[in-house]
Amino acid sequence: MTTKPSMKAFTEQVTELPPGLSPVDNYAGERLMTSPFHERQAALNLRDSWEAWNGYKFANHYYDVEYEYICIRNLCGTYDITPMQKYLIEGPDAEAMLNRMVTRDVNKLKVGRVTYCCWCTDEGRMIDDGTIFKLDEGRYMLTSGSPSNAWLRMAAFGFENVTYVDKTDDIGALSFQGPMTCEVLKKMGFEGIDTLKPFGIMHFPFAGDTIMISRTGFTGDLGYELWITADKGLELWDALYEAGADYGIQPYGEAATSMARLEAGFILPYVEFAESLKTVHFKHDQTPFELGLGWLVDFKKPHFSGRAALLEEKKRGPGYVLTKIEIEGNKPAEESHLYRDKACRKEIGWVTSAMWSPVVKSNIALAMIQPKYLSGDIWAEISYKKEMKPRWKIAKCTVVDKPFYTPARAKATPPPKF
Amino acid sequence: MKHYDAIIIGAGHNGLTNGAYLAKAGLDVLVVEKNDYIGGAAVSREMTDGYWYSSCSYVCSMMRQVIHRDLNLTRHGLMLVPYLGTAAFGKQGETMLSYTAEGPAYNEIRRISQHDADAMSRLMADLERYSTLIRKTLLRTPPDPTSFKPRDIMELLFLAKTFWEMGEEQLYEYIRFFTMSAAEFLEDYFENDFIKAAMATPGIIGTALGIYSPGSAYILLHHVMGDVDGNIGAWGLARGGMGAISNALAGALQEHGGEIKTKAGVDQIMVKDSKVKGVVLENGDELTSDIVVSNLDAKRTFTKVMDQKDLPPGIYEKANNFKIRGSSGKVNIALSGVPKFTGVPDNRYINRGGQAFIGGLETLERAYDCWKRGEWSSDPFIESVIPSAWDPTVAPAGNHWMSNFIQYCPPKLADGPWTPEKRDAFGQTVIDKIERHAPGFKDLIVHMEVRTPHEIENEVGLTEGNIFQGELTIDQLLFNRPFPGYAQYRMPVKNMYMCGSSTHPGGGVSSACGANAAREILIDLKKPNTVPEDDCYDD
Repeated sequence: MTTKPSMKAFTEQVTELPPGLSPVDNYAGERLMTSPFHERQAALNLRDSWEAWNGYKFANHYYDVEYEYICIRNLCGTYDITPMQKYLIEGPDAEAMLNRMVTRDVNKLKVGRVTYCCWCTDEGRMIDDGTIFKLDEGRYMLTSGSPSNAWLRMAAFGFENVTYVDKTDDIGALSFQGPMTCEVLKKMGFEGIDTLKPFGIMHFPFAGDTIMISRTGFTGDLGYELWITADKGLELWDALYEAGADYGIQPYGEAATSMARLEAGFILPYVEFAESLKTVHFKHDQTPFELGLGWLVDFKKPHFSGRAALLEEKKRGPGYVLTKIEIEGNKPAEESHLYRDKACRKEIGWVTSAMWSPVVKSNIALAMIQPKYLSGDIWAEISYKKEMKPRWKIAKCTVVDKPFYTPARAKATPPPKF
Repeated sequence: MKHYDAIIIGAGHNGLTNGAYLAKAGLDVLVVEKNDYIGGAAVSREMTDGYWYSSCSYVCSMMRQVIHRDLNLTRHGLMLVPYLGTAAFGKQGETMLSYTAEGPAYNEIRRISQHDADAMSRLMADLERYSTLIRKTLLRTPPDPTSFKPRDIMELLFLAKTFWEMGEEQLYEYIRFFTMSAAEFLEDYFENDFIKAAMATPGIIGTALGIYSPGSAYILLHHVMGDVDGNIGAWGLARGGMGAISNALAGALQEHGGEIKTKAGVDQIMVKDSKVKGVVLENGDELTSDIVVSNLDAKRTFTKVMDQKDLPPGIYEKANNFKIRGSSGKVNIALSGVPKFTGVPDNRYINRGGQAFIGGLETLERAYDCWKRGEWSSDPFIESVIPSAWDPTVAPAGNHWMSNFIQYCPPKLADGPWTPEKRDAFGQTVIDKIERHAPGFKDLIVHMEVRTPHEIENEVGLTEGNIFQGELTIDQLLFNRPFPGYAQYRMPVKNMYMCGSSTHPGGGVSSACGANAAREILIDLKKPNTVPEDDCYDD
């Protein structure tokens, strides 16, 4: 096995210690791995705001959360998705294997297309969500938020002709989102990128290698994801930032991503759902129906993990449903309980994520609510602080059907100039 | 000719807001506009290929977010983008940068004065306390202090309660503050002349007052009380320029069936039996309506488009004496690149902010002295921003446009009327000053639009080019705006209203005047009030 580039960067840190300190980094084992883009990102992370994702160091924010968020909506920005897990699944049985694993029908996926999907336990509880890229007949890339090697092994039981390889550390990936992204990619010379439709894939020669560009993302805006061999990461970064300089290109971190995805109505693990395999109590995880992902479950397929349980769930109806709500006023309803009445006597659900949406100027949230109460009054009990003094208020909520923000450019091909 | 429920004169942002709310309430509404474009002073105009200037107003912080949400302005194309950091320039070429994060911001002021760095947080707390009170009144109709109507009494009680909650000591401070000058107010906080000057400049913007003139402290507050998404004091740009605000409001108006007629300047408001009947356009066309709403300034409304005979005694005189002195100029410049300012690092965030060419306290006061004499200063205060550094839609990629607001510029010159030559000489003064702080600046200039009060009055219709539609001094604020007894948007002739910045809460792109006026009209029509209450940050 060759040394992974990211591991190399991680051992090199030893030599950067100030003089007088031990040449041996006794904390090496506790330091996080770094992505192929780390060198550039670290230089721009003026706030030294780092978090961990799957063992990688990645940014919560670089400069200012709201500024980075507004770059996604106004200009363009990059978000390092290298730590997202990437698996190459190959072989004549690859399709059948994936089809048994995920709830969506993979048969329908064409070469050069991407689909969003989720996979469940036999009890129909959600393990994770992710995307499947159909790279070629019998050749797929699966992405997921958390490591899935162990589940893939189980999912592959009984299939002779399929292999799955964890490519996470070998591929550098940047999510490139915002209204100016297509202009920047055109400027980089990726001819025809403007004809790429949402969930489409294109390949271009880049730096003696190949770059894969998919029109995918997690912001609900116009955007692309760029995939390249890890050791070409810095070359990609430099070319992208040179082309993007006149378009306000800016790295953004987890905090801004979380804002944009909430406006788009997308869910996050350990915010909206608990991964079933890591959940202690059987009532603490969710089914796709509870998360509003019923459209991902295809019962026309003969069999897939969780089918029987999900059929039953569909008949019975979920106990709670993830719902988009707007809340009066401007106090984000973080961790609020929801009630049927203003006196807060009958609890009917809780808020999973909440924020003030700068683009629609509204106080928005995702919430788990018992479906039978969706048509009536919904009240949120909001706790907040004013100069350290705790306060609370009861605010009226309104159910919203569509995502909070859906710019037309996200779906337009070719995308508009701005 | 079609008869309308309401005709609104002037398609500026307040006229459009007013029209949108009336149309939303089911009224048949027409907005008439003298220019062949809408927006008034909230406008984006392509003055040269691919460069869209926000010709007049250029940033916004007072836009009522509840109106933005309620009228679906996002769906109608509006997006407000907060902008960061400003570089301030002193007379010896010293700089002060405003950083976003607290730590760097503190260190930057400490570099100039440790004392003032400490004092800054006290100033910010005091300003926020003062602005909290004013902000609560923005989307409310001022009470008539002499009326005994239950609604007026309730509103007076609301004001009294709001002020009383400050505590006794702060209340005295607040009353003192209203009559102070910006410079004297800041004396209480700072020791450094440059910092005082930098913090005082919002006190003179748009106003025919100097930094030492009583009343300028309130103007300062008016400029820092706005917010973007709850960040008090932050300023935003509209994506697509300030015209995007007017266009979105026009979209909301049209969505509800309202109409707009451009190239339709009003010659006269028709009055019969002390009641409005409609308007006569400059081309002689008569348009009839039950209601007429003037979005023109108070002086223009009562002295230009109304017949003195139709008005009760005294109104014409009040309007004629309404304080609406012009004091500002604007120079819009298209650039082939980003200017490099001396003493400002090539920092991607600071480069995206604004510039304030200040000098010191004396520079500001001397510039005011020139204005009084009917001259422009050779060393004026310039507040600039490069919107294209934020907004990819207003200049070709890699190129920029720079908005420069100049305080002061006299509406009337001592040596006779404004001429194109004098206008250009004024513009030259401005670029000379910028060049002193950004060598090579002039080589980047692709196109320039120079606007003195003369151009602003002629193009936009603001008397003397006063950006606030009347000065924001205490004698012309709250229930005194525009005149005592007429602060509730109803004017002395029946079914006539005003909805522009000459009414409470005054100047700025807030939509508040237009919305408040709509609320009063709906009350008079006994229709349900569909104008929302303001979002409150203070509960």
